[in-house]
Amino acid sequence: MKKRFSISPPVAALLLAVILFVLSGLLPNGFGSDLGVARAQATNIVRLAVFLGVIAAGQTLVIISGSEGIDLSAGSVVTLTAILTYVLVNGANEKVFLGLLAALAVGMVIGFLNGVGITVLKISPFVMTLGMSGVVSGAIIVITHGNVTGKVAPIMTRLIARPISPSIPIPNAIILWILFGILIWLLLERISFGRQLFAIGVNRVTARLSGVDVTGTNLLTYSLAGALAGFGGFLLVGNTGVVHLQLGQPFLFPSIAAVAVGGTLLSGGKGSYWGTMAGAIVLTLITSLLTTMQMPDSVRRMVLGATLLVLISIYGRQRSLRQ
Amino acid sequence: MKRSLVTRQPAFFALILLVISLAINLILQPNMFAGETLNSNMRVFLPIILLTVGQAIVILGGGIDISVGGTVSIVNAVLATRVGLQGSTEEMWKFVLLSLLIGLIAGSINGFFIAFLRLQPIITTYATSFLYVGLALFILPNPGGGIPGTLAGLYRNSMPLRFPLAFYVIAVILLIWWYASSTRIGKFLYAVGGKADAAYETGVPVTWVQFGTYVASGLMAALAGVAITMLSGSGNAEIGVSMTLTSITAVVVGGNALSGGVGGVVGPVFGAITLGIIQNIISFANINTWWETFVKATIIVAALAAPGVVNLFRRRKL
Repeated sequence: MKKRFSISPPVAALLLAVILFVLSGLLPNGFGSDLGVARAQATNIVRLAVFLGVIAAGQTLVIISGSEGIDLSAGSVVTLTAILTYVLVNGANEKVFLGLLAALAVGMVIGFLNGVGITVLKISPFVMTLGMSGVVSGAIIVITHGNVTGKVAPIMTRLIARPISPSIPIPNAIILWILFGILIWLLLERISFGRQLFAIGVNRVTARLSGVDVTGTNLLTYSLAGALAGFGGFLLVGNTGVVHLQLGQPFLFPSIAAVAVGGTLLSGGKGSYWGTMAGAIVLTLITSLLTTMQMPDSVRRMVLGATLLVLISIYGRQRSLRQ
Repeated sequence: MKRSLVTRQPAFFALILLVISLAINLILQPNMFAGETLNSNMRVFLPIILLTVGQAIVILGGGIDISVGGTVSIVNAVLATRVGLQGSTEEMWKFVLLSLLIGLIAGSINGFFIAFLRLQPIITTYATSFLYVGLALFILPNPGGGIPGTLAGLYRNSMPLRFPLAFYVIAVILLIWWYASSTRIGKFLYAVGGKADAAYETGVPVTWVQFGTYVASGLMAALAGVAITMLSGSGNAEIGVSMTLTSITAVVVGGNALSGGVGGVVGPVFGAITLGIIQNIISFANINTWWETFVKATIIVAALAAPGVVNLFRRRKL
C-alpha cells in the first residue's frame, strides 16, 4: 500500500499560522524586516489567542465526547463568570481566590445542568446548551439590570495582562496558557477520565459494554466544560479590566472553529487540545491581520469565512462513503 | 418494547405544546382568532416558518445549516438596495426571482462542500454564514433602503377569502412536502438521515440527496428573506443573523431529532408557531422587561425538557 504523506493537524495549523504571519510582514504596514517589531507582534497575537484558547478547552472536551457534543452556552458562561469575578473581587487582592472559585463553581453548575438535560432528559446538546445560553444571558440581565459595579484586583492584572518582568517581554498569560495546556493534556491523555472520554466519543455502545460509565463521564465532561468556560471568564476580565454584557458571546463560535481548525473531529472521538491551541492562534492571527489591513467589516467577514472554508477543506474532511 | 407516543409520533408532542401555548395566548389576548389579529400574528411568524421548513429538511438528512440567516440577509440587502422605496412592481418581481436564484446558489455552495467534499456541516455552514452575512453587509453597509409601501402592504394585508396569506403559503408548502415525502426522494431523505452508510450500501444516491437538502434549505431561506423584507419594508444586512438559531430550535421543539432521520416538516412548522406564540405571550403577560429574556429561554428549555421528563416518568412507573 502506498504510504501517504501526512502531517498532524496541530502542526499543520501552526505551520499555517507561521506562513500567514511571515506573509503579513510583507504588507504595506507590516513589520517588514524589523525582527523586534515582528517578535512584539507575534507575542501580542499569541497573548490575544490565550483567551479564545482557554474558552475553547471546554469546547474541545465536549466535542471529543461525541454524540453531537457541543457547548453553545460557553459564551454566556464566560460573560456571567467575568461579571461575577468583577463584582466579587472589587479591587481587593485577597478576594481574587474567592472570585476564581466562584467563577469555576458557577461555570461547573451550569455545565452540570447542561449535562443533566443532555444525558438524563435526552435533549440534543446543540439545543440544550443553546437554551441554557439564553437562560444564562437572561439571568445576567435580571441580576445586573444592565450595569455592573466592581473592579479587578491589581494582582489579576499583574498575573494576566502584564509581562513576566520588564526584561523578559513574555506576557504571563502565555505562561499560564502553556501550564493550562499541559493540564488539559494530562487530563486527556494520562488519566482514565481521558481514555473514557475518547471511548464514549468513538462509540457509546462499545464503551458501555467495556465498562465505561457513559452517563457519568458525559455529566463530568459537561461540568468540566462549564468550569473551564468559567476560568475563561475569570482570565478574560483579568485582561480587559472591564466587563460588559456581550463580553463572552463573540468567543462562542470562534471557540468551535478553533477546535475544528485544530483537527478535532466534530463528530467526536478524536482530537487534541494542542490542536485547539494552534487553532486559536490561527483564528486570532487571521482576525488581527484583517483588522490591521483596515478592511471594511463586510470584507473582513467574507475573508474569514473563506479562510475557514479552505482550512477545513484541507483536513476537516470526513471518511468517504465508499470506505 | 413498547415505545411511548412521544417517540413514535414526534409531531404529537409539538402539537400539544402548540395547543397549550395557543390556549394561554387566547386567555391573554381574547381577540386572537379575529381576522386582523390572526393575520398580524401570522405575517410575523411566516419568515421563521419558511426558514424552519428548510432547516427541517437539512436536519432530516442528517445535516445542519447555520448559514440560513446569512441568505436571508443577502436577499434583504438585494431587495432593499435594488428595488428601493420608489421601485416598480415589475422590478420587485424581477428581484424576487433573482433572490430565489441567490438562495439556490447559496444552498448549492453549502451542498457542494458538505456533500461532495464531505466537510462537517456545522463548521462549513458556519464559515459560509460569514461569507453570506459579509456579502450582505457589502451590498448594504448601513441599514436603509427598502421596498415600496404598496408592495409591503400586499404581504401584510392580503387576506384572500378572509384567511391570512400565510395560511395559503404554509398549505402549499405542506402539500409539496406531503407529495415529496411519499415519493422515492422522500424515502431517500429519511434513509440518508438515519444511516448514510447503510443507505449508500443499498444504492441510495447519498451525495445528491445531501446536496439537495442544502439547496432546498437555501431556497426556503431566500423565500424567508423575501417574506421578512416585505414584512419590514426596509433593509438591514443583519436582519437574518438572529433567525438561524431560532429555526434550529423550532425544528427540535417540533420533535425532529438533530441527529437526522426522525420527524417531519409538520412538527417543525408547529414548533416555529409555538416559539412565535411564546414571544407573544411574553409581551402580553406584562412581564418586567428585565425578565423577558430569562423567562423566554426558561420556557423554551422547559418545552425541550418536557418529552424527556414524560419518558422518565413513564419508565419509573413501569
